[in-house]
Amino acid sequence: MVSTVKDPVLAVMSLSGGNDGLNTVIPYNDPNYRDYRKALGIPEDQIIPITDQLGFHPAMAPLKKYWDEGKLAIIQGIGYPNGSLSHFRSMDIWATCEPDELGTTGWLGSVIQDVDPKGENVLTGVNFGRGLPRSLAKEGVAVASVGDLSTYGLLTELGVESQRAEALDLFGRMYAPAIGQGAVDDYIRRTGIEALQGADILSTAPGLYRSEVEYASTAMGGYLRDMAQVHNADFGTKVMFTTAPYNIFDTHANQSVGHANLLQDVAVNIDAFMTDIRQLGKSDNLTMFFYSEFGRRAMDNGSGTDHGTGGVAFAIGDHVKGGIYGEYPSLESGKLEDGGNLQHNVDFRSPYTTLLDQWMGLDAKSIVGGNFEALNFI
Amino acid sequence: MADQEIALMAHLLRRAGYGASRDEIEAKAAQGYDSVVEELLNPGEDPGIDEDLMYRAYPSYFDKAAIETGQTEWVYRMINNKYQLKEKMSLFWHTILCAGDNKVDNARTTAIQIDKFRDYGMGNFKDMLMMLSTDPAMLYYLDNIESHKTAVNENYGRELLELFSIGVGMDNEFNYTEDDVKACARAFTGWNLAPTIPVFPYGRTPFEFRFDPADHDYGEKTFLGETGNWDGGDIVDIICKQPATARFVARKLYDFFVADEPPVPAWRLSEPRDMAAIKQLEKAYFDSGYEITAMLTVLFNSDFFKDEAVRFAKVKSPADVVIGTMRMVGDHLEPKPGLFFVAMEPKYMGFDLMNPPTVEGWHMGREWINSGSLIDRINFASSMLGDTELPGVKNIINRLMNLGDVPSPEQFLDGCLDLVGPMELAQETRDQLTDHLNAGGALKHSTDSEKGDFSRRAGETLQMIATTSEFQFG
Repeated sequence: MVSTVKDPVLAVMSLSGGNDGLNTVIPYNDPNYRDYRKALGIPEDQIIPITDQLGFHPAMAPLKKYWDEGKLAIIQGIGYPNGSLSHFRSMDIWATCEPDELGTTGWLGSVIQDVDPKGENVLTGVNFGRGLPRSLAKEGVAVASVGDLSTYGLLTELGVESQRAEALDLFGRMYAPAIGQGAVDDYIRRTGIEALQGADILSTAPGLYRSEVEYASTAMGGYLRDMAQVHNADFGTKVMFTTAPYNIFDTHANQSVGHANLLQDVAVNIDAFMTDIRQLGKSDNLTMFFYSEFGRRAMDNGSGTDHGTGGVAFAIGDHVKGGIYGEYPSLESGKLEDGGNLQHNVDFRSPYTTLLDQWMGLDAKSIVGGNFEALNFI
Repeated sequence: MADQEIALMAHLLRRAGYGASRDEIEAKAAQGYDSVVEELLNPGEDPGIDEDLMYRAYPSYFDKAAIETGQTEWVYRMINNKYQLKEKMSLFWHTILCAGDNKVDNARTTAIQIDKFRDYGMGNFKDMLMMLSTDPAMLYYLDNIESHKTAVNENYGRELLELFSIGVGMDNEFNYTEDDVKACARAFTGWNLAPTIPVFPYGRTPFEFRFDPADHDYGEKTFLGETGNWDGGDIVDIICKQPATARFVARKLYDFFVADEPPVPAWRLSEPRDMAAIKQLEKAYFDSGYEITAMLTVLFNSDFFKDEAVRFAKVKSPADVVIGTMRMVGDHLEPKPGLFFVAMEPKYMGFDLMNPPTVEGWHMGREWINSGSLIDRINFASSMLGDTELPGVKNIINRLMNLGDVPSPEQFLDGCLDLVGPMELAQETRDQLTDHLNAGGALKHSTDSEKGDFSRRAGETLQMIATTSEFQFG
């Protein structure tokens, strides 16, 4: 089934650092869970049951209502073959869909190019945060990177409007392509022109946004609020991306408090985002996917958890068919991978395929590099 | 003074430091390249900062409780440290051996790590790794404090190999195995922190290293093919003698000072840009017994460093943009309020000092530039260079007036480019600027009103130069 929604938008959030899937969606009836999580097991009376086998970490409470509505899909046991335990390699693999080679082209960069092949809209893809995440990187694809929407603009210190207009005009002409200056210079000139165009358009977003919804005053809250504003403004943005900063899900130590705070930040702000776009009447054409580059080891280390493989990902939105997708990785001894990690049974390129084929209406195969079975969560 | 000598000296001072005012570039060019390199490589005792003045200008300097205070102090040192190479080496090591205060959450501990990078940065690489392995910020950041004899935490052991010394691979081969990671992590069990002193009543104190023999795994380990009852010090010894470690340090130095290389995870499959240069640096590493200054000596005296092809071919890091601009315009040369806002600029451009995005550090080169960061770079540099009240800008304007009674737009533009570089623009960019200058009429500066107009137009021109694509290179 391909979605018939007009102008579908894909929002993606990376929970970078390796989110502990086992303590996010918890197999609370599995006795092995208690054995592996002697220090970090969530007390049974605090777990929020969602099925007779599985329950949410208590900090995930704000997302429970989307589960009840049938608008939250949970993809269990997600990963890829021979999972890398390196954050950077694993993030790169999720970003590029290249588990064997070093890829430099991001899957969402390809999506932006497929949606807008001539690069007619500099805001087809927008990143919320500083820098350009590899998921969005593709030669010749413009991505606006917005650290803070409220202060975004070029030569903003020139107070006199006529003087600023003149300077911006000269800037635009100076950034025209120059011959023989090399690939990096070409790239900077192109980026400059795109920045100029994008900033003009983006600066109008806050004025179009009226909302009472409150987000947490964290980096994630700021990024998701900016995301809601840009989505609300109808600039033709089709791909939006953000990352939890600082690899913050890397909970090797003191996980019990730290992980609860992190999940709360995710749950509160995604709830705020969904509530916001629903109230703005803009939720019909948006699906959000959030994931982490790997899960964590089954056995805790007494204070935290080390890098693992199989993890959990989520899709949320008004057109999402809620439910459990994939199998929960077995915790039985002998069923774990070498090193004590959860076996993946869903390749991350399967939900990518779902999102691309069934939501965005694109040819997933060329973007994710092969045929992967779609999960029917759209 | 020959233009060539000025250009070479400006290149050296931009790379081995954060650039300089035109007066300083000329003085150093007169002193001679070899002598200046010698000075950079042999910094004297750090005179430190006048703490009384620091307290007065930055009251929170006292205990550096917030990371922003540490960032402000560091930016102050970058602008003002007369031993510029020594200062820049602290940034070099931070970009590699990085810990993030977003996790350490003890800003003074994090800032002390940077001070140690300054002290050890031009010494022996083995000492550097030993310092790092006992550094409280690092042990906390990579969870070695949670690595116990009975429950090993691999985080530090892994990153020490993957990102801090050997690198994942070279010449298409892997440099180590998962078993090496485990052995390495075991050897560092018990390398821990002393219990912290309660916050009350005196506030937070920096973390301190403590070795806990009861929590150390004294068992036999096989690491990179060598078997013994290794502890962390033995691991560092074994690491330092690996050819891959020489390659790692050489390639990192080349990347930072000469020309951009891809990030470390790509090094297994990607050849160095200039293998001959890397080999020279590797040789200096082994010949000197791992001395960083020996490698730097080779680097700064080499033809591959002086080569005109590498000048203005590196995308400036945000630190180079911000500090280089400050040194050029001559602001904050003494402690005074307002530096905080300057010190936050690298963060806005994607270089949050002491808060790397991940333990891999920052992706550099062209990855510094995206539409968001480019806007920040342009806005900052153009606002500083356009401020005709700043001493460095005034100096440039005075020198422009010496070009002649009525310099032509071309002469005027060339003068500006010479004084902020010397740098060149693409012909297409030049044409736009000379057209703009032509449209503004003759550049006279005889009367007071003409002088004012001349200064304003100089400011505007410098401002527009700071927005150019070419200005993003250093």
